[in-house]
Amino acid sequence: MRVTKSIQTTLKYIIRMLTLLFAVSVIAFTLVKLSPVDPIQQYILSTGAVSPEQREELEEYWGIDEPPVKQFINWFSALLHGDMGTSLLYRRPVLDLIREKFLNTLALMICAWVFSGIIGFSLGCAMGVSKDKLCDRILKRICLFLCSVPTFWLGLVLLLIFSVWLGLFPIGFSSPIGMMNSDVSIWQQIHHLILPALSLSLMSFANVALHTRQKLIDVLESDYVLFAKARGEGRFTIVKRHGIRNILLPALTLQFASFAELFGGSVLAENVFSYPGLGSAVSAAGLNSDVPLLLGITLFSAVFVFTGNLIANILYGVIDPKIKEDYEIQNTSHNSDGHTVSENDNNE
Amino acid sequence: MNLNHIKSSTLLEIDNLSLSFQMYKGFVEQQQLEVISNLSVTVHSGEILAIVGSSGSGKSLLAHAILGILPENATIKGTLRYKDRILTSSYQEELRGEKLALVPQSVSYLDPLMKISGQVIGHKDKSKRKLALKNIFKRLELEEKTENMFPFQLSGGMARRVLVATAVIGDAELIIADEPTPGMQTDQALEALAIFRKLADEGKGIILITHDIDLALNFADNVAIFYAGTTLEITPPKDFLDGEHALRHPYSKALYRAMPQNGFTPLAGLQPYAGTITKGCPFAPRCAECMEQCKKEIPPMRKLRDGYVRCYYAT
Repeated sequence: MRVTKSIQTTLKYIIRMLTLLFAVSVIAFTLVKLSPVDPIQQYILSTGAVSPEQREELEEYWGIDEPPVKQFINWFSALLHGDMGTSLLYRRPVLDLIREKFLNTLALMICAWVFSGIIGFSLGCAMGVSKDKLCDRILKRICLFLCSVPTFWLGLVLLLIFSVWLGLFPIGFSSPIGMMNSDVSIWQQIHHLILPALSLSLMSFANVALHTRQKLIDVLESDYVLFAKARGEGRFTIVKRHGIRNILLPALTLQFASFAELFGGSVLAENVFSYPGLGSAVSAAGLNSDVPLLLGITLFSAVFVFTGNLIANILYGVIDPKIKEDYEIQNTSHNSDGHTVSENDNNE
Repeated sequence: MNLNHIKSSTLLEIDNLSLSFQMYKGFVEQQQLEVISNLSVTVHSGEILAIVGSSGSGKSLLAHAILGILPENATIKGTLRYKDRILTSSYQEELRGEKLALVPQSVSYLDPLMKISGQVIGHKDKSKRKLALKNIFKRLELEEKTENMFPFQLSGGMARRVLVATAVIGDAELIIADEPTPGMQTDQALEALAIFRKLADEGKGIILITHDIDLALNFADNVAIFYAGTTLEITPPKDFLDGEHALRHPYSKALYRAMPQNGFTPLAGLQPYAGTITKGCPFAPRCAECMEQCKKEIPPMRKLRDGYVRCYYAT
């Protein structure tokens, strides 16, 4: 019974993901169609002057004159065959490009994600325990400040201080300029990664810290903590035995559900630092009317964010005994999905 | 230690306890909100003292005051003594979870994400208590599999016994049970109180905070009538069963008449809210025998027959 239940759950998620992807592709395609983005113009720009006849031929060849629904079906059926098209800007298959760019972005996002998670959680705990004391008040103000500062501005400030004034870090890119990719050492890559990762994590850790703080305060004011006090548990024991246990779950959920913000943030951070990842690729694609790449990355980001939310859901089921029991014992289709899968509207 | 010695020893003495909270009145002005005033009770080992009063009379806060787990804006006046030693906050810290135990009201006092075994054992003497756990569960008729359950999986009666188990496992001398019966069926409530009776017979002192006066009368050795933050009367339960004439304070008599089996007659008026308590007897506005003197100052606690009363005119 448990096996069928987990198969059911898996099926449910797969169906949900497919419908989501379909919806995203329809919306993204429609938006591109409605926008002034003109792929032909972009193509012509890069090849040089063409006569109106040649242009018409091109349009016919690409099927621009066909009705939009037909165009969508053409593109979508190619997509189903694993063909995401060729990037007009890079003249390479979109899938290859995404793979390559995503690896760069992944390094950036993992660093930022881990950093903001750990620092945010520990700072949040520190603030929650020392609620309304000086340390809490100062940290809270810093967090609120960081929350309200835009990433790109923060990125520029970091760039100005650490790269321009202090010269500690390079001003951009993922490897030293003029070097062959094969010659770049891992240390050089990390060196280039630090500033963008830092600015990306600085914006999200404040959020994590403030959430953790509030949650810990709620827990510390709960009946069960009062009872723990009545049983002689000290402050530290209470935080260790009851605090962490009860705030870890929401913190983890928040952390995995933050994939969307992470992706959005990386677009800005990568642009500021000219970091060659998915984020800078998507803005380049948008600005240069590279429709196949734009649609490809949009779909990919949807999958990425969906995965984050999916992991959060599954973790909840594994860790929280209440939901675990729902999965195991009750055979009702309990909807534990409290988090809406939000699509990231990158550049459209 | 022989049993007689246990029977006679005084565990907790509360003398003229007042408890107030500092609160903001508006934005700037602060005021002291008095919720318990001039309260005096004594608990002996082997005794169940029932503290009976309506909601909002400050009963739970009394429990928190004894344990020293009041919020920071609370101020205490008067003295609390445990075994003839003044209960300072460091002494309370030493006693909490060892000699002093609280049996809280509901399952919400258990950590929702911790298994029952871990919560009953607590954080001290883990290995010793782990061994004791099986015995205590058997005594309280809790199934062994309860150990691995989470609070949300417990039924009301099970939760009650688990909460009792947290107090029993530490070998506490004084157990404060805060509203242990609401929401329970009569047989469950009787069963819960029977557990406390048994514990008292083993020599523990028990403070039973409740508003279920009928149940309290069946199990307690002494009943303290709580009204607007103070005790108006302390009486053996026998007097309640004997009838109105055996009781001392006008409020107790009114309470007696309001009981379903004794006529169900309500008394006009309301218990004064915290903060509106005046200098005089808190019951004065509703009392038929109220004199000028009652409005000026609160009558002191005095011994009368087998109990105590806080009234100038009680006989």
